[in-house]
Amino acid sequence: MNKVEEIKTISGVNPLKCMKCGKCSASCPSFNEMDIKPHQFVTYVINDDVEALANSKSAWKCLSCFACIERCPRDVKPGKVIDAARQILIRQRGQEGLSADEIPALLDEETPQQLLMSAFRKYRR
Amino acid sequence: MRRIGVFVCHCGSNIAATVDVKKVVEMALQEQGVVHAEDYPYMCSEAGQVRIAEAIREHQLTGMVVCSCSPRMHEATFRKCAERNGLNPYLVEIANIREHCSWIHKDMAEATEKAVILMRAAVAKVHLNAPLQAGESAVTKRALVIGGGIAGIQTALDIADAGYKVDIVEKEPSIGGRMSQLDKTFPTLDCSACILTPKMVEAASHENITIHTWSEVEKVSGFVGNFTVDIRKKARYVDMDKCTGCGVCQEKCPSKKSLNEFNRGLNTRSAIYTPFAQAIPNVPVIDATACIKLKTGKCGICEKFCQVGAINYAQTDEIITEQYGAIVVATGFDTIKLDKYGEYAYGHSKDVITSLELERIMNAAGPTKGHLERLSDGKAPKEIVFIQCVGSRCSDDRGKPYCSKICCMYTAKHAMLIRDKYPDTNVTVFYIDVRTPGKNFDEFYRRAVEDYGVNYIKGQVGKVAPQPDGSLLVHGVDLLENKQILKKADMVVLATAIEPNADVRKIATMLTASIDTNNFLTEAHPKLRPVESPTAGVFLSGVCQGPKDIPETVAQAGAAAVKVIGLLAKDKLKTNPCTAKADELRCNGCSQCANVCPYGAISYETRLVNDHGIREDRRIAVVNSALCQGCGACTVTCPSGAMDLQGFSNRQLIAEVDAICR
Amino acid sequence: MPVTENWKPTIVAFCCNWCSYAGADLAGSSRLAYPADVKIIKVPCSCRVNPMFILRAFEKGADGVILCGCHPGDCHYSTGNYYARRRMTLLFSMLDYLGVEEGRTRVEWVSAAEGVKFSETMNSFVEKVRALGPNVRLGDLRCKN
Repeated sequence: MNKVEEIKTISGVNPLKCMKCGKCSASCPSFNEMDIKPHQFVTYVINDDVEALANSKSAWKCLSCFACIERCPRDVKPGKVIDAARQILIRQRGQEGLSADEIPALLDEETPQQLLMSAFRKYRR
Repeated sequence: MRRIGVFVCHCGSNIAATVDVKKVVEMALQEQGVVHAEDYPYMCSEAGQVRIAEAIREHQLTGMVVCSCSPRMHEATFRKCAERNGLNPYLVEIANIREHCSWIHKDMAEATEKAVILMRAAVAKVHLNAPLQAGESAVTKRALVIGGGIAGIQTALDIADAGYKVDIVEKEPSIGGRMSQLDKTFPTLDCSACILTPKMVEAASHENITIHTWSEVEKVSGFVGNFTVDIRKKARYVDMDKCTGCGVCQEKCPSKKSLNEFNRGLNTRSAIYTPFAQAIPNVPVIDATACIKLKTGKCGICEKFCQVGAINYAQTDEIITEQYGAIVVATGFDTIKLDKYGEYAYGHSKDVITSLELERIMNAAGPTKGHLERLSDGKAPKEIVFIQCVGSRCSDDRGKPYCSKICCMYTAKHAMLIRDKYPDTNVTVFYIDVRTPGKNFDEFYRRAVEDYGVNYIKGQVGKVAPQPDGSLLVHGVDLLENKQILKKADMVVLATAIEPNADVRKIATMLTASIDTNNFLTEAHPKLRPVESPTAGVFLSGVCQGPKDIPETVAQAGAAAVKVIGLLAKDKLKTNPCTAKADELRCNGCSQCANVCPYGAISYETRLVNDHGIREDRRIAVVNSALCQGCGACTVTCPSGAMDLQGFSNRQLIAEVDAICR
Repeated sequence: MPVTENWKPTIVAFCCNWCSYAGADLAGSSRLAYPADVKIIKVPCSCRVNPMFILRAFEKGADGVILCGCHPGDCHYSTGNYYARRRMTLLFSMLDYLGVEEGRTRVEWVSAAEGVKFSETMNSFVEKVRALGPNVRLGDLRCKN
């Protein structure tokens, strides 16, 4: 699967549905921190430039507040697109994630089990 | 054995590009009973019909199959052609090899194979077709218009001017509809009431027009030319003949807390009310849910003050039954509910309003007497933000997938009027696209920008946040500058999507008229029959068919009227001869068919039957062919198989099945 | 019938004149493709379709039969599609007993404005019938005339 297909599969978004209304960018609390703005995310997917999106500042500036997902009139969900770009990056790096045998060393009494599990899920896919 | 001719149309390249027409001709000649087959670029053309005529004569055809476009397009053309040349029109069948074949398949071999099978099915059917004669039915020369807005009024006036009687049924206390709520109209900025009220008066005083306001269509039966309609005239509690419209009752009424529907609920009205000053008829109605007398029995103030004794608390709903030859649906629209759009704070702040509400605020007869002011504190707004496409062009379940069409223009109008009247008020419009096709429309929008300094920003608003100081913080974006915008506003106006009136589905069901998923009525053909419903005798006028502005509505209203006049001008209509018929030898008079018939077309008579030499009186089903519409429900219900549908008989349909599965 | 690589199912679609046939026309004029295996028979109303027609189609070798009518409440003849729905529910409940799998029959409401739905319906139905393979179980009963 190429990157574009991968991002479409992970996010479940059809980028062609976007009509460039900009409601996502108007809603985004991190807009000023981002180099690629939310309404532009789909353009990068359409133009087959997932690499640039995954390596943008935006990928790590998105707060996952879901305002764009909630308000998008076309069901395009830029938040999911950028989340998928992050996922691609994480999967690519692979070795940067946690592996099960590293965990015991990191454990201490105070760490909630739930945090551990969610961190494991997030970084080890 | 029938002598059948098969005519294969190329439809230019529409069919011939994907279907090997020569092959279809070749295969047709191998079918039993086919004595002639040919192909031609345009079978429906004059020259094509001449070839059919020649073939009918030359080969003494007793049946024909045309492999062409959908029968919904040209069945009538080819049947008429056959009739002119001495072949009964019901001996013609169409094999739909365009819409059902060439247009949807790409592979030539596959499409050709399917076209041959469709041709075979049609040939198999024609073998069993019987020559049928169309009957006649009379036409009631009176039309019904449902809805008394500008669409309904214009349709009624045009029909009435041609000399036919028209009734308008309007559910509100007055005719006038949405247009009567508007202040000014684009692109000329003339006052809506000034151009509408003369038409309302003309309709009310026209000798051929009867107006039933405060009335609703209750039941529809019959068919084209012969509809029977029950109209519920809701209790008005005011005698229409006695009332002089002086208005004293409305002044004296002590119950004044009901929301004023005409002003979109922005202020209140009395329990006895006329919706607006120029209402027609100028006779008030009593709102039974608010009237103290009707609720508690105590009050009666309006009755006391009415000098002509027009008040009648004992009035009840009345159902009248009328006959019509044609029905026009002109039920119009409403704005969508905004409760799913929490981000725009509509309903949360009084200063976030819809465009239709702004229309009332700007109107001299509106809740603020025409002064532009904030509904929260009565102050004049200095900064106004307009948001376009609120609920339009949404593919999620919150809004409507279509463009509401009128919002770009009325927003430009509002912006311009505000800048004109209040030059120190800033106006900003957030838009996605500005769509202004239409005569003088784009010029109008450019005037708003160039002459009136309206600030147009490309980008949808994400959120409107009411602030503690009473202002509104608009979170927008300028996509062309790639900048986020935070704008403080005193008033926000939402260009809310329009949707067909909520009652239209009920009316469409009564009329058996088709309706789409957005509740717009479907036209008989999207391009060529835009004002007719697929249901014969039902016509469409105005926004009930699709979003449109006033000039388009008036144009469509006139077009619908012409179609109605064309129908009413006929003394007789040809009826569909494809009706049910009972075989007297097989019918056992069980009455099951009559139970399922939606038209009451089946009755029973005792008849002397000669059943293979046994002569006896039997109870036999008889179909009234004038009433039967040919649905075929009875044919399947009949336990003895006596009932059959002419034109779609059991044998014909089975022959088609067999030909396809061969 | 042996399952071969190029096997194509035979599918009969009964479409009512007012909604579904017009919906099929719209699918055509909108160029919304669906497999050529579907052959449409026009009937005035879905209630004209006698369950016998469907059995006949299976007898003669059809691999799937679909009946399309107006949406409930929108029938041109007011109530025809309700009769069709009842009749087909009854028929379909007995097909399994006759040896015809449930997936080979279907009733779908398609309005004149739903070209997209018509095409999607036909695509998914054909896919389902293809997955079921040739209708062999009625083979012994099939008339060979």
